[in-house]
Order: sequence, then C-alpha cells, then structure tokens
Amino acid sequence: MTDVSQASKQSSPSAGGEGFDVAKLLLEGRAFFALIVIIVVFSILSPYYLSVANFLTMASHVAIFGILAVGMLLVILNGGIDLSVGSTLGLAGVVAGFLMQGVTLTWLGVVLYPPVWVVAVLACMLGAAVGLVNGVLIARFKVPAFVATLGVMYMARGLALLMTSGLTYNNLGGKPELGNTGFDALGFNRLFGVPTGVVVLVVIALIGSIVLNRTAFGRWLYASGGNERAAELSGVPVKTVQISVYVLSGICAAIAGLILSSQLTSAGPTAGTTYELTAIAAVVIGGAALTGGRGNIRGTLLGAFVIGFLSDGLVIIGISSYWQTVFTGAVIVLAVLLNAVQYRRRSKLPASTGGQPTSQKRGKAEPANPAQGKTAG
Amino acid sequence: MTTASGTEPATGDAVLSARNVVMSYGGVHALKGVNFDIHRGKVTTLFGENGAGKSTLMKILSGVVTPTSGDIVLDGNLVSFSSSSDARDRGISIIHQELSLAPNLSVRDNIFMGRELRTRTGLDFAEESRQARALMADLEEDIDPMTLVEDLRLGQQQIVEIARALSVDSRILIMDEPTSALSATEVEVLFKVIRDLTSRGVSIVYISHHLEEALQITDYAVVLRDGSITATAEAKDIDLEWIVRNMVGENFDLGSPPTGHAFGEVALSIKDVCVTDASGSGYVVDHLSLDVKAGEIVCIYGLMGAGRTELLEAVAGRVPMAGGRALLEGEDVSGLTIAQRIARGLVLVPEDRQRDGLVQTMTVGRNLSLASIEAFAKGLFLSRPRERALIDDSIRKVTIKTAGGHAMIGSLSGGNQQKVVIGKMLTTNPKVILLDEPSRGIDVGAKAEVFRLLSERAAQGLAVIFSTSEVNECLSIAHRIVVMRRGKISAEFGANATKEQIMAASGEAVVA
Repeated sequence: MTDVSQASKQSSPSAGGEGFDVAKLLLEGRAFFALIVIIVVFSILSPYYLSVANFLTMASHVAIFGILAVGMLLVILNGGIDLSVGSTLGLAGVVAGFLMQGVTLTWLGVVLYPPVWVVAVLACMLGAAVGLVNGVLIARFKVPAFVATLGVMYMARGLALLMTSGLTYNNLGGKPELGNTGFDALGFNRLFGVPTGVVVLVVIALIGSIVLNRTAFGRWLYASGGNERAAELSGVPVKTVQISVYVLSGICAAIAGLILSSQLTSAGPTAGTTYELTAIAAVVIGGAALTGGRGNIRGTLLGAFVIGFLSDGLVIIGISSYWQTVFTGAVIVLAVLLNAVQYRRRSKLPASTGGQPTSQKRGKAEPANPAQGKTAG
Repeated sequence: MTTASGTEPATGDAVLSARNVVMSYGGVHALKGVNFDIHRGKVTTLFGENGAGKSTLMKILSGVVTPTSGDIVLDGNLVSFSSSSDARDRGISIIHQELSLAPNLSVRDNIFMGRELRTRTGLDFAEESRQARALMADLEEDIDPMTLVEDLRLGQQQIVEIARALSVDSRILIMDEPTSALSATEVEVLFKVIRDLTSRGVSIVYISHHLEEALQITDYAVVLRDGSITATAEAKDIDLEWIVRNMVGENFDLGSPPTGHAFGEVALSIKDVCVTDASGSGYVVDHLSLDVKAGEIVCIYGLMGAGRTELLEAVAGRVPMAGGRALLEGEDVSGLTIAQRIARGLVLVPEDRQRDGLVQTMTVGRNLSLASIEAFAKGLFLSRPRERALIDDSIRKVTIKTAGGHAMIGSLSGGNQQKVVIGKMLTTNPKVILLDEPSRGIDVGAKAEVFRLLSERAAQGLAVIFSTSEVNECLSIAHRIVVMRRGKISAEFGANATKEQIMAASGEAVVA
C-alpha cells in the first residue's frame, strides 16, 4: 500500500538517498510504534492478552471503529467532519432490526420478511441517504460541516428512538421458514478463522486505499482538501467530491451498524453513541490533519487498532472503565501534539521557504508583498 | 533636483529612519538595504510600483514585521519594535492598505478596538462614543458611531480606518493607500486633516498610486524600486515626469513580441461582459468587449481595482457574469463550469498562487498533473507511468528547478512555484490562457523566463492574455496593450506605446 505520506517522505533534503533518521522514523511511524508498545506492555501485564483468540476478539471490536474511521478519513481529508456517524450507525441497526421483524403492509394485509441481503442493502442505502443530506447541506447550502452533521446526528438518533419507542430489537435471528435467517453471520461467522467483521474492514480498507491512491476521485479528494480554491480552478468538481465523501461515510456507518447489531444480536436505538468521536480519534492518531489534505488509510487503521487494543487491554488487566476513558483521552492529545510537531518539522525542511501548511489561510493578508505567504512560518 | 543613491546620512529633521534595512522572505529580497527618513512635521511620500517593497518598508517601520537586518532609529536612538502595539505605544500608527476592521462591530468599537476606554466597572462607552463622534466631525463624515461597519460603503469604511489611526494621537502616522476608495471630496477633507496634523507637528508617511494627488499633499518624495531607494527629492523640485521616470526605471529586457507567425482566427471573444462589484450596486467590469486571436499576446494594464482580476475570473468561470458572453473559438462558454472550460481549452492562472494556484499539501508533480488527470487515467484508475511521463515532460518544458516531481511544493522558490501553476495549465494543452499578474512576487530572472515561455507557446498558436500592474511588463512580449480603468477599456496600444501613454490611460498619471 503506497500513499501520500510516502511521497512526502521522499521530499526530505536527502531526496533520492534513504537517510536513516531515528527521530523522524519514530515520528512518522508513531501509530505503528504505539501499537507495538501497547501489545508488548499488555502481554507482559496479562498472560491472556497475547493469544490469537484474544487478538481476533479485539480485532472484531476494532472492526466497528475501523470501518467508521475509514469513512471519517475521507471526510477529514476533504477538510470536513462528520459527527453523525454514531447516530447513523444506530439508525441503520434499528432499521435492520425493524426489517427483520417483518414489514406489515396493512393495506395489502401481508407481512413481508425481506431476506438478509436485502436488509443489508436497504440499511446501506439509508446510510447513504443520511450522508447525502449532510453533503447537500454542506456543499450546496454552505452549512458548516460541524453544525450540519451535528444536527443530522440528533435527527438520526431521534428517529432511531422514535422507531422503537426507545426499546431494543432482540430477535434478529429470523426464521428458516421465512427465509430471512443469517443476520448473525456478520457478527459470528468466520472466514478462515477470521471474524466476518474484520474481513469486511479489510475489504473496505483495501477499496478505500485503491480509491485514494489510484483513482481520479482520490486525487480530487486530496487536492480539494489541501486547497479547495486551487482545486476548483484546476477543474476539480469540488462540490461532487464533497457530497460524495459524506455519502461514503454514511455507508460506512451503516455497514458498521449492521456488524454491531449482529455482534450484539440486538439492535438498540442508542447503539453507537459517541462512536463518531472514537472514529475521529482514530483518524487523528493515524496522522491525518483536521485541516484536510493529509492522511491515509494505513495510518487510520493503525489509529483504530491503537484505540481498540488499548481499551481492550485495560479491560483485560482489570482497570476501571473510568481510567480507560482517561487513557484514551491522553492518547488522543498526545497524537494531536505529535501531528503538530510533524507538520511544523515538515514545513521547516525546505531550506529556502517555509510555512506552506498555513500560508494559504493567510495568503490574502498581504497581496502587495512580493513573498507573500512565506511569512506565515 | 537630486537623484541621490539613497545612502546619505540621517538629516537632523528625521524623526524616524530606516538604516540599511534588508528584508528577505526565503530567497526573495523584498528590501535590499534601504535608508529612509520620515521628516518631522512633514509629509513624506513613498512612490513605487506594486511589489517595489513599499508596504514591507511601512510594516517594518510600524513594528508589524521585524527586518532581516538593519536598524530603526527613532529620535536619534536605535530602537526595535516587538510588535505593532509596541510601536503604537511609541507614537507610530499605520493605516493599512487593506482594511483591518471587524465588520460585525460598530464604528465606535472598531475605533477603540484593543485599547478600550475603561471605567472602574467596565467600559466607558459614553466617552468612546463622544470621541468617535468628534473624529467623524473632524473628517466631515456623517456616520453615527453605533453604525455597524459592514453597513458602510467601502469609502466610509476607509474613513473609519483613518479615524482609528487618528484617535491614537500618534506622532508619526503612516498612510498606506488611504484614498483608494475615497471620493474626491473625501480626499479633500483628508488632505485638510493631514495639513492640520502636520501643523501640529505630526509626521506623515503617505503612499498612493494616484501620483498627482500625492504630489499635491507631499513635502518630500522618495522613490522605491525593486527593494531599493532610487531617488529622493523635495516636492517643490520635482514633477510627475520625474516620479514616473524614477519609479519605472530602465527597461530590464523582458523580451519582445514574438514575430514570424501569423495570427489565426479569433480564439477568445469577450462580448459586453459585466461583473457586479461586492456591494452588488455597480459594475467592476462594465460592458467590456475584447477579441484575441490565436497566437496573439495581449497585455491588460490597469491600477488596482480597475477590474482586471474580475474580468479574467469571469471569463474563466470563477465568478458569474452579470451580463455578456465569452466565446471560445465561436462557442459560447459563458454557462459552462470551470472544468468544462478547461476541457475546451480556456484556462486561468490565478493572481494569488498560494491561495488559488497551489495545493500546498501535495507534491510538485501532483500539482502539475492536477488539471489533466484525464490524460493519464486508464478507465477507472490512474496510470502512474503515464502520469510520471507527463510530469517529467512538464518540468522540462516549463524549466522548473526542482529535485523532481516528488518534491513538496513548498520547497520551491516563488518563481518556480509560479512556473508550476503555469505549467499545470499549459499541460492541459489550452487554446487560450489567461494569466492574472503572472509576474507577481517573482524575481526578474524568473519573470523573463515566464515571458519567454509564453511567447514560445504563442508562436505555436496559443492565445495569451496577461494582466499586470507594471508598465515595463506591458512593453515586453505583448503584441497589444489594453488599458483598463474603472471596469472599461480606456485605451488600446500597439507594442510601440510609451510608458507615459499607458500610465495616462490608466488614470495613474496625466503627463501633460
């Protein structure tokens, strides 16, 4: 998997020759090293941590956050934010649960029991629709992403609660005679011993990586996230890109919702509460910049694994869940701190000029200045 | 009449002086060892073209930026300002070229922003209002202090900016283009205020593109060109011609119009194009028509605010046209998106390359290939070998000095960054290229290279339209020079026009 951060590594002064710089390596690969440290520390602290079975269990937990985080990465690369994914996850789960109970069409006097694949497709379409609402609000009506997705977050959560009157669908198994069994496959089946959820995460990550690195859409996304005005003047359909990332994020949330309800064998309207924040944290720990244009799938996956393996490790060694919250928060702050260090370093690397990450924001300040934009560093 | 080298020692009446001040941004020298005196109780005017370094010098003298090297002498003592408020505390204030008002606040709150008058329990709004009203009376402007700044027209906002600087009671007042949005009567009032201030011992530095206007009010004239002082004189000894001659200087050879190829058909036809201004009440581009043939190079000259940028952006599809049409080889492109116009061969190189031209988070190569992704897409996917070939080809043709396509864009010098922006658009194989101030902020060598590149492409049939605010650049590769003034074409010249003719048509200077 090659990506943008590799390209930028080559831009160091020693371009061409692979210089060995320990500090730089630690900084660039910090999520990876953090993950190794977490695994080593918990393996020492608990005899149960370092086992294939435990890793697969933890990985299936990570799958939920990982899938959300991939969608969130696309949005953050565009310079936006999607606070609605947790609610979309919950709403998609509830809708799936509702469909599994059978849809009563009163005017026809029949009860429809859609097969599981239809349920899954409908749930994904719902996620896409929620994303479309976000995207249109943001791209066409210029509502700030934070506010638009915050509003949609409440609406989706409210709809999920309305649909079930706050209750949970506990029977998702379906009946063989109705031909709608198999919902638990997403949560419990294994492919070559790997939980389905993890397989789905891997597939989504691979697709995401190909889209980001090998397609015009990926290039458009990096360009419009890095500098929307320049991208637009270069003929990039910035609005289409912007709407698309929210739709894709919504679909990712719906998929995560299906997997979570399957794992829990129940679909509750409050599922996924605050998961959007975990997804954002994973993306940030993975080295993406909230200002857009920087980040990649590999980092985001590592970020998701850091959070997942850390919190599961704390559970295994019996630390209270309150402490888990504190630790997770500390990791996020540290990650953002290191992001700031990294981008500052990067902007200092070119000898003759500096400050490009911030200069586009300030570019307008002094048009008469012959070297404008370079003062920002 | 003196045309000093600018190294003369400080005279006794200098209240604030710059001594051998150098300012470098990266590799670009904005100021190259400048000696500048502000005369006590007089008006000193700084003349110079865009990019000569006037604003940079003023920012140094008012503490906004710190010079790379050199000294600042205040009342005979060496000083260094830690910030603009430090300078303000020492009696130096500046009216910036761009308005620095908060549009959501009232006139009163803007005037006292950052140095609010306090009582023991809070802010002294009554006293602030009283002072604000008195300032408005001095400036003979009927503005209620409680009006929100966003509700004022631009000229009135400029008055508020001036009032804010006056309210500080500074000893030294720097005015960077204070009159660009003012009406003639407002300018008269401002001049009355300036005379009143100087009679009270306040020293004024004045910068204006309206040379005649500046000549009326000034006591001393100083000319800055390419970061160096080229001439100083007392106002009574000089005339407009002297200023123009020293401002523009000798021609650096930026090339000559390419010959030996016949122009083709009309490539771009602009018909009656209008663009509304920010307030929506008037036109910044006013029913303007212009035809450019394939292979022809047209230069659009005009002062700031003449409507050049708006014209080019409207033709490129960046801002909507309020009226009129743009035809590309006879096809109306007015309703098309930017992407569709690029696909048909109409491209724009924007004025501000940091803000509109480059994606700073991407490499040189990806910036170069951004506008021509279709050229190396194979079905759904991008072909890396084809992209690399395209990038390498582009780097070679546009002669970009870089470690390679994988280098980050920020590692390049200003001139090479500009070549990336131009190269990006040339890679799309356009028929018409619009360039908005392509020479801004790049050194003279890079300028010459950019112009050479454009004239090569014109010889191959590309229609080139570039705008500039430097007269020298009009008289380089352009076959035709179009002067814009207040949204209209005020004159058209051939390649043999003189600087004086061009500047006169732009409204900059009427040389008798």
